[in-house]
Amino acid sequence: MGQQRITRAECAHVAALARLELTDEELDRFTGQLDELLDHVAEVEALDVEGLHPTMHALPIANQLRPDVPGEVLDRDEVLAQAPLAEDGQFRVPPVLGEAP
Amino acid sequence: MGAEAQSIPGLGAPADTEWETVVGLEVHAELATETKLFSASPNRFGGDPNTHIDPVSLGLPGSLPVLNQKAVELAIRVGLALNCRIQPSVFARKNYFYPDMPKDFQISQYDQPINVDGWLELPTGRRIGIERAHIEEDTGKTVHIGGGGRIHEAGYSLVDYNRAGVPLVEIVGHPELRSATEARQYVAELRSILVAVGASDGKMEEGSLRVDCNVSVRPAGSDRLGTRCEIKNVNSLRSLGRAIDYESRRQIDLLTSGQPIEQQTRHWNEDDGRTHALRSKEEDHDYRYFPEPDLLPLDPSPQWVEQIRQELPPLPRDRRLRLAEAAPSADAAHIALAVERSLDELAVAAIGQGGVPERVMTHIVHNLADGPGELTPQALASLVGMEDKGQLTATQAKRVLAVLVDRGGSPQEAAQKLGFEAMESVELESLVDGLVADHPDEWSRFCDGDAKLTGFFVGQAMKATQGRADGKAVTQLLNSRRG
Repeated sequence: MGQQRITRAECAHVAALARLELTDEELDRFTGQLDELLDHVAEVEALDVEGLHPTMHALPIANQLRPDVPGEVLDRDEVLAQAPLAEDGQFRVPPVLGEAP
Repeated sequence: MGAEAQSIPGLGAPADTEWETVVGLEVHAELATETKLFSASPNRFGGDPNTHIDPVSLGLPGSLPVLNQKAVELAIRVGLALNCRIQPSVFARKNYFYPDMPKDFQISQYDQPINVDGWLELPTGRRIGIERAHIEEDTGKTVHIGGGGRIHEAGYSLVDYNRAGVPLVEIVGHPELRSATEARQYVAELRSILVAVGASDGKMEEGSLRVDCNVSVRPAGSDRLGTRCEIKNVNSLRSLGRAIDYESRRQIDLLTSGQPIEQQTRHWNEDDGRTHALRSKEEDHDYRYFPEPDLLPLDPSPQWVEQIRQELPPLPRDRRLRLAEAAPSADAAHIALAVERSLDELAVAAIGQGGVPERVMTHIVHNLADGPGELTPQALASLVGMEDKGQLTATQAKRVLAVLVDRGGSPQEAAQKLGFEAMESVELESLVDGLVADHPDEWSRFCDGDAKLTGFFVGQAMKATQGRADGKAVTQLLNSRRG
């Protein structure tokens, strides 16, 4: 374990971005856990990878493509029946303030 | 975009400092596929709300995205047409909470986009750098209900996910545009290119093409970028120009009165002609991008890219050159207009079949705004031939053209049906004789050199023949009679 890699404030910021409400005790605990995770990442980072081809994905395949052919759609009434609120064939949600981020 | 938010060196400079506007555009274009980017729901504008939905576009648990081959092909076409390098790419999750994206992230491309380092040439010949053109999915649409339609008083919102997951390319240009006019030229040219390669229908009014513009100002000659503002809600070329002009004026006014520019997102309001700061908190966006684990990397083979390159149709720039060669005396703006309306092929073909270029271009520019319909190059060539021989007046030709657009066929036939038989010259001479006799005062003034009277006599000739007389022939007769 080296120096601290993530501060409590950073952890709180990340939690806020993920809409997580953490108690003080949880914040301490998760800051420590994230710190350990970052220690591990640092170990991997320290490896000499000169000349190695980067792995973009765990599977050694690329280009899984689908033909552009329309398929089945879901039944709107069935879908909306499972939504908390619906109106005029649409999902009803709390007022959206401002623009999409 | 990397515009450093540094203070303007000329801050506090006298009001007569020359300012330069700097514009960088981000253009989102919906790709013209049959289905969505990651699922088989139809990609179609309009339709009843939430009828083009499936588990993937609703972000239902357990659903998995599968990439649409056609969307990739169209994105590569865009990249090639914008002179980009096509490279291996990776999809990433852009995380944020907003009801237009039910899974709480948007799948986009981040640090490894498919197209990079290209350029677009404006009709003026100036090249504007393209940083990247990446693939991403569109979001759903929200409408605000209640509270008199004002967002901050809204009672609730309704969401339609028909558009969620529609494939987009986002084309990010370098901040190298220097005026509202250049920005409009850039978007017009980009739209022409997108339409020409079949990547998008380019309809700004339907939201197929959406433009966000970053505007900053700096003292002329400076090579540093001023603090920029991003303007959203620009829905036409006209509003793009107006918004940029307004915004650069606003920033110049602030700077000349010694106030700083605040970096912010602003909303263009078409009604009052101003940009307004958004009410939303301007917190630093932190999207926590990470590679999308449900999708594999995209690595188009050189053979595939080469095949797409071979199949690219001629680009607007080449089409303009081709038409300019066929109609050398035509105005550059008219050439551009013809290409923008996809009438250039018709024009080149009609000229190739013997149509007088000037006359062909007149119809292309003025009389075919709604498209050529059933009009063939051959018919257009013979129509202008008839005009050239004086068998049809300009007014008559216009009416014949409308018939050809509507129903096709030959101009001779259409002219005959409309009763446009050219007047014999004998008939025309006796007509002019009559006019001279009926209007002795006007005639003597005409003989004294009052050129305005030409119009009077031509008008009378048209009236007497219900438009069958050829105005030019009448003018010639009048002039020769005057001696």
